[in-house]
Amino acid sequence: MPADGGIGAANKRREDVRFLTGKGNYTDDINVRGQAYVVFLRSQVANGVLNSVDTSAAAEMPGVLRIFTGADFVEVGGVPCGWCVTDRHGEPMQEPKHPVLADGKVRYVGDAIAAVVAETEAQARNAAEMIELDIDELPAVVDMKAALIDGSPKVHEELTSNLCYDWGFVEENKGAVEQAMQDAAHVTTLELVNNRLVANPMEPRVAIGDYDAAAGDSTLYTTTQNPHVIRLLMGAFVLGIPEHKLRVIAPDVGGGFGSKIFHYAEEALCTFAAKALNRPVKWTCQRSESFITDAHGRDHVTKIELALDADNNFTAVRTDTHANMGAYLSTFAPSVPTWLHGTLMAGNYKTPVIYVNVKAVFTNTVPVDAYRGAGRPEASYQLERVIDKAARELGVDAIALRRQNFITEFPYATPVAVEYDTGDYNATMDKMIEISDLAGFEARRAESAKKGLLRGLGVNCYIEACGIAPSNLAGQLGARAGLYESATVRVNATGGLVVMTGSHSHGQGHETSFPQVVADMIGIDPAMIEIVHGDTARTPMGMGTYGSRSLAVGGSAIVRATEKIIAKAKKIAAHLMEAADGDIELKDGTFSVAGTDKSVAWGDVTLAAYVPHNYPLEDIEPGLEETAFYDPANFTYPSGAYSCEVEVDPDTGKVTICKFSAADDFGNIVNPMIVDGQVHGGIGQGIGQALLEHAIYDDDGQLVNGSYMDYAMPRADDMPFFSVDHSCQTPCTHNPLGVKGCGEAGAIGSPPAVVNAVVDALQRAGHDVTHIDMPLSPNRVWSAMNKA
Amino acid sequence: MSNIHVTTTVNGDSVEFLCDPRETLLDVLRDRLTLTGAKEGCGTGDCGACSVMLDGRLVSSCLVLGAEAEGKTIETVEGMANGEELHPLQRKIIEHAALQCGVCTPGILVAAKALLEKNPDPSESEIRFWLAGNLCRCTGYDKIIRAIQDAAAEMRGAA
Repeated sequence: MPADGGIGAANKRREDVRFLTGKGNYTDDINVRGQAYVVFLRSQVANGVLNSVDTSAAAEMPGVLRIFTGADFVEVGGVPCGWCVTDRHGEPMQEPKHPVLADGKVRYVGDAIAAVVAETEAQARNAAEMIELDIDELPAVVDMKAALIDGSPKVHEELTSNLCYDWGFVEENKGAVEQAMQDAAHVTTLELVNNRLVANPMEPRVAIGDYDAAAGDSTLYTTTQNPHVIRLLMGAFVLGIPEHKLRVIAPDVGGGFGSKIFHYAEEALCTFAAKALNRPVKWTCQRSESFITDAHGRDHVTKIELALDADNNFTAVRTDTHANMGAYLSTFAPSVPTWLHGTLMAGNYKTPVIYVNVKAVFTNTVPVDAYRGAGRPEASYQLERVIDKAARELGVDAIALRRQNFITEFPYATPVAVEYDTGDYNATMDKMIEISDLAGFEARRAESAKKGLLRGLGVNCYIEACGIAPSNLAGQLGARAGLYESATVRVNATGGLVVMTGSHSHGQGHETSFPQVVADMIGIDPAMIEIVHGDTARTPMGMGTYGSRSLAVGGSAIVRATEKIIAKAKKIAAHLMEAADGDIELKDGTFSVAGTDKSVAWGDVTLAAYVPHNYPLEDIEPGLEETAFYDPANFTYPSGAYSCEVEVDPDTGKVTICKFSAADDFGNIVNPMIVDGQVHGGIGQGIGQALLEHAIYDDDGQLVNGSYMDYAMPRADDMPFFSVDHSCQTPCTHNPLGVKGCGEAGAIGSPPAVVNAVVDALQRAGHDVTHIDMPLSPNRVWSAMNKA
Repeated sequence: MSNIHVTTTVNGDSVEFLCDPRETLLDVLRDRLTLTGAKEGCGTGDCGACSVMLDGRLVSSCLVLGAEAEGKTIETVEGMANGEELHPLQRKIIEHAALQCGVCTPGILVAAKALLEKNPDPSESEIRFWLAGNLCRCTGYDKIIRAIQDAAAEMRGAA
């Protein structure tokens, strides 16, 4: 460990003391003097014509201040979508209106119809029950393929159908892929479901709107991963409030996993209501409400075909995917099954031609958007599953088949429009084989057999694209926002620093890792550096935290701003020591003149910057504060190899994970302890997807398992200890830190490992089972083993 | 409905409060006593984020009424440290970085402390089963289990 606590040091997380002593400051811990409470009345039917909302009785209930309905928002903008996908015919996607409160139609169970503001939450809740609704219920559209049949009920009458877009990628490759399929020595086909999930951060969403009538300023406290994005979307597109009159504060946020990226109607409602009532208005989402209002994740149905030549080289991949959008387009929903998914279909392999077709479909369900990994887990899962199936069909070793097809030369331009800068897939495979003691598998399998349990081994690779994203590229692909990141570094007179970042930490430990970067560059104690985030009034415009981007993009902005600080500080030091700028060296927080014993300390220079008595005022301004915006040149491409060993109980079908190993290449590492935790958490969620989690809708569009009683969240007794390693490091070539991002890898790499392992266990026991859809519940596994 | 007057002991201090008879102990702790360490993760007793000790028994404070605290002793995460000196569980969680967003952490700490008071030398699976009532979405539980094992070892050594 570096002695200075800089880059590479396992510094203890400085945010932990407040969390461990109950002193965190989460949005629900904030109460603004005079606040009222809002409760939403939500649709209990999935599809229906909303004829009327009678609030007269409710308005007379004790404590009620105001009841808002769709009529109040007719003059207000709708909730915007931040990404427009162009379909395979060059046409823009179908984009329905998304009102803040339902206007004439309800489209999913949970769709907000009215918002009751009262003195207390209980009063608001009681009053909401008194609202009389006149709804003509219509048949619900839940199944994606059924939704595309002519004559199916439409989610949005104003659209031509329930098809949001039909996307082909790369459209020009379609013929070449068809030809390769015909010419192939072998084609392996697999149809699978990537199950719908609910992100379920432990902190439900909360929003508090506040309004300063004297100044005309609005403030929104909200549980978001990206306060500036919310300010822009809500201010510009929904409420018409310019940025300088709107402040968005996201204090401690209790996890997000994607679900807190998006701008939600409740945020706009609270901000709107606070101004209308001239009182702060607070909304705290209940967990049952969160299940039917937080954007869900995944929900793809895919057919994938892998073509191989007679030497088992991959010659083509073709996929056909239906992706559920839910009832409305959430903020980044259209990008997930397309640009975050199709561009990853090369995986770690040199497949020459690839064609991805995605049909995005509206259904009467909660909107679906990015959830940890967002498109990349879906890509990785289908590819690594079909490779495993191909190896079995061909009777070859699954690891050898992968190695044979690995990309080994970099940079590598894939046939799906991205260029991998670095990677070493054999190295992570070797490392995984080592840390998982693959050689000992047969002995462990024999031990399991003695207990009457079927042991299986699953292996897979993954690649992902993160560090999202080059703004010009994202713009070409349909993003309606830039995807740079920002940092302001303010050096104080006595030498301490405040770094104001546009990134947001909601569990990632930025308050610890970001100072390590700055401390390393200057050569000072990280304790001298404080991180400010989560407040649009205190941080420069930044795009926030998602897509494993905060260190690669946000950290790079911090590096750029710190470089400017150092350059200016060297000029000041040169003046103080009467030397030339170019002769100044900075090491361990001391400026010296090269080749001499002259030096000044960091604190001498920072003091001179603010007390410029002896200072080159003719050349530079006083003060020491710099801002940088960093726009990445490319995505980053973390990769790795994972393995999972399971025991299947043949009597019950229950799967137990015995061993899980992950060898990741994240490029350079700033804080290995934090990286371990990020990987663990991702694996935990991936195992949850593979074995336990599934948001299930019935035919009427009711979410049947919308509580922790019914939705199987992974618990401590479902998990093994993990073995993780990130010593294989091929640094990113295009950002100054050489980092790639580690936040989503675990969730991307783990589901195929688990499913491959269970199929392996059953195959070894003589069961002709080639696939089971996630989650691999005991029922599904037992049924697969005991099918007629 | 008129409020109820309740006298209770919280983290060793005698406390009095008025609460609505329908108000949960969690709401009383958070909104009336400004002890916001306990969190509402579900409100149905399924996530453990609101765990506190009530007369020495581990409870979900979202399932207890504030009025039920009358004459009882409550311990919350805010009472775990001895002034500036962190409880060994708190220290070990920092050493292992066994938390991320921090929302489940107060409940995990209260639950783990309750476990170690009953069983100073729990096995890995005993810890996992004891904590099965405390959901954590960030960590995959790995470091939490290791930190508790480590704290248990230290506390046994110190005893």
